Amino acid sequence: MSKFKKKQGNTTPAISTASLPDIVFMLLFFFMVVTKMRDTELMVKVNTPQASELTKLEKKTLVNFIFIGRPIDKYKSKWGTKPRIQLGDKFATTDDIPLFLEKHKVSVAESQRQSIISSLKIDNDVTMGVVGDVKTSLRKAGQLKINYSAKKRDRTK
Amino acid sequence: MAKNKHRMRNEINAGSMADIAFLLLIFFLVTTTIAEDKGVLVKLPQWSEEPPPEIKLNTRNVYSVLVNAQNQLLVRGEVMKIGDLKNNTKIFIVNPQKLENMAESPTKALISIKNDRGTQYHTYLEVYNELKAAYNELWEESAQIKFGKNMDELSNAQQKEIRDAIPLVISEAEPTKFGEEK
Repeated sequence: MSKFKKKQGNTTPAISTASLPDIVFMLLFFFMVVTKMRDTELMVKVNTPQASELTKLEKKTLVNFIFIGRPIDKYKSKWGTKPRIQLGDKFATTDDIPLFLEKHKVSVAESQRQSIISSLKIDNDVTMGVVGDVKTSLRKAGQLKINYSAKKRDRTK
Repeated sequence: MAKNKHRMRNEINAGSMADIAFLLLIFFLVTTTIAEDKGVLVKLPQWSEEPPPEIKLNTRNVYSVLVNAQNQLLVRGEVMKIGDLKNNTKIFIVNPQKLENMAESPTKALISIKNDRGTQYHTYLEVYNELKAAYNELWEESAQIKFGKNMDELSNAQQKEIRDAIPLVISEAEPTKFGEEK
């Protein structure tokens, strides 16, 4: 009995915090790796719809992004509230799409050009008029693989 | 002993290292937007200046889906809810009862979508998604029957075999000019 008491009194179990920085650094590196700083500032409001049949976009370099939505508050006075197309960091019209696609194409190795995908990030409450125009223009430019960006949801029963 | 004391005084306190790391960690936590680059993959048809050749299709093989500017659905002349679209499409393609007004065989089935310019994008995508879901489910079922495995466990050749037996054909007509935003 006395033996137990003695032991408890003598040793003060202190947890070493020396490995705490290591753990934090590990987390830090994880987030540094997965972080992708958004290189283009969104000038239109894009809230993508939900869908269940999704395909992942594998190679980022083979993807170009086309945003369609209503201009955010900052740009409303100049660009109105009608749905607009954003290519790169500029407002654009459907006429600018071929050049935009061409610019992206030259940055891709020739052997991989047929697998370029256009990712269309389109806002929920845009009407199909603009979307149809963009689709026609993509078809004319020969960019036939497209991906309607969407959020994951479960399949309906 | 004196030497030892001197060295002790020179040691840098690494206790704040954790704080610095935490600061960086929080910065990256806040700025991180884990890329959600997923979406519905669609292959558009080739553009041609000439109007497409008139092909007479047996109407029993065509599943026409119209989405109007009020986001209502008209499927083969009847109003339908989006929730029912997938199951009805599956029945149409497989035609288990061999009905006269449904597809002769899955390979002959064709789905046609037409929308107004005023149709909302999310309705359109939902419709497209449901139609794709119908095919995906049919493929899954057929993979289970033929090979007893899930679709993604099969080899490419087996997957192709299943897809060729029930080919996905979704044709999109030029949208009509109703309900466009002024």
